[in-house]
Amino acid sequence: MIFLSVGTQAPFDRLVRAVDQWASAHHVPVFGQLGQLAADSYRPAHMEWAEFIPASLYEEKLDACRLMVAHAGMGSIISALTAVKPIIILPRRAALGEHRNEHQLATAEKFVGRPGIHVAMTDADIAPLLDQLAECDNLPADAQALSAEASPELLSAIRRFIIAAS
Amino acid sequence: MAERPRVLAISSTGGHWIQLLRLAPAFDGVTLHYATTSADFRGHIERIAQNRGQPRPAYHVLTDANRWEKMKLIRQAVEVLLLLLRVRPDVIITTGASVGYFAVRFGRMLGARTCWLDSIANARELSLSGARAGPHADFWLTQWPELARPGGPSYEGQVL
Repeated sequence: MIFLSVGTQAPFDRLVRAVDQWASAHHVPVFGQLGQLAADSYRPAHMEWAEFIPASLYEEKLDACRLMVAHAGMGSIISALTAVKPIIILPRRAALGEHRNEHQLATAEKFVGRPGIHVAMTDADIAPLLDQLAECDNLPADAQALSAEASPELLSAIRRFIIAAS
Repeated sequence: MAERPRVLAISSTGGHWIQLLRLAPAFDGVTLHYATTSADFRGHIERIAQNRGQPRPAYHVLTDANRWEKMKLIRQAVEVLLLLLRVRPDVIITTGASVGYFAVRFGRMLGARTCWLDSIANARELSLSGARAGPHADFWLTQWPELARPGGPSYEGQVL
């Protein structure tokens, strides 16, 4: 199963359409979490989908999937890294009205080349990446789950701040 | 202070919240309150605390709002203020966004020490809420060394 997630804030038609088109030609089940759709938003025909899902179902889908496809949001990226699932990310573009600024572009650029993260810079990159990743075990053999904690430096800086303040 | 410090960890849901939860080890030995814009994560924070041997944290739910929803934003601001008056935190830690901004501004007025940790998503420039809230925070952090500057945020590591 492929788990598509675009966050909860706004629809992301460009990504949903690209994945739905790919799904129409492949026998791979896809589940999409599409956010709050507008009247004219794209509604996929070749996948199971919901606008919002509870946190427990999100965990379930994340565990069950072999591949995640998402916007370049940190929630999706951190979730995939901690669950050791490969992820394809497509940045939302402010230029296309998909977000309020271009920070997802910056995020995507920062994560290019990180093991398990595949960056699609445009929606045309989605189908080739899905072809390449959907069928195979595509994580490097030495892929390790991201720990559930922030870096030790950051934790100790915040710890020091709390102690100094109290 | 002999008593455990009261810490409020607060953010909107989504990526901000996932980053905030990764700070949990820094909250050992405090009286911990979480606040976010969804009722969905009570079980999750209780599991995290239990795994670390922390007492069960309090959990507060706030109205969700984005910057185009003026009425909801006002309601959210009032809720944050009432929450601070009720909890009276010694320390406020936030990863954003608007709830964190309100918590930093009101928290400072009420004498709390405040920390703004800008989201790791902001790799090229600070978030809008971060640029506005940061100067009012006692401890202002960015997760990208190239964005750190004197008089601005400092870099002390990432949530990853």
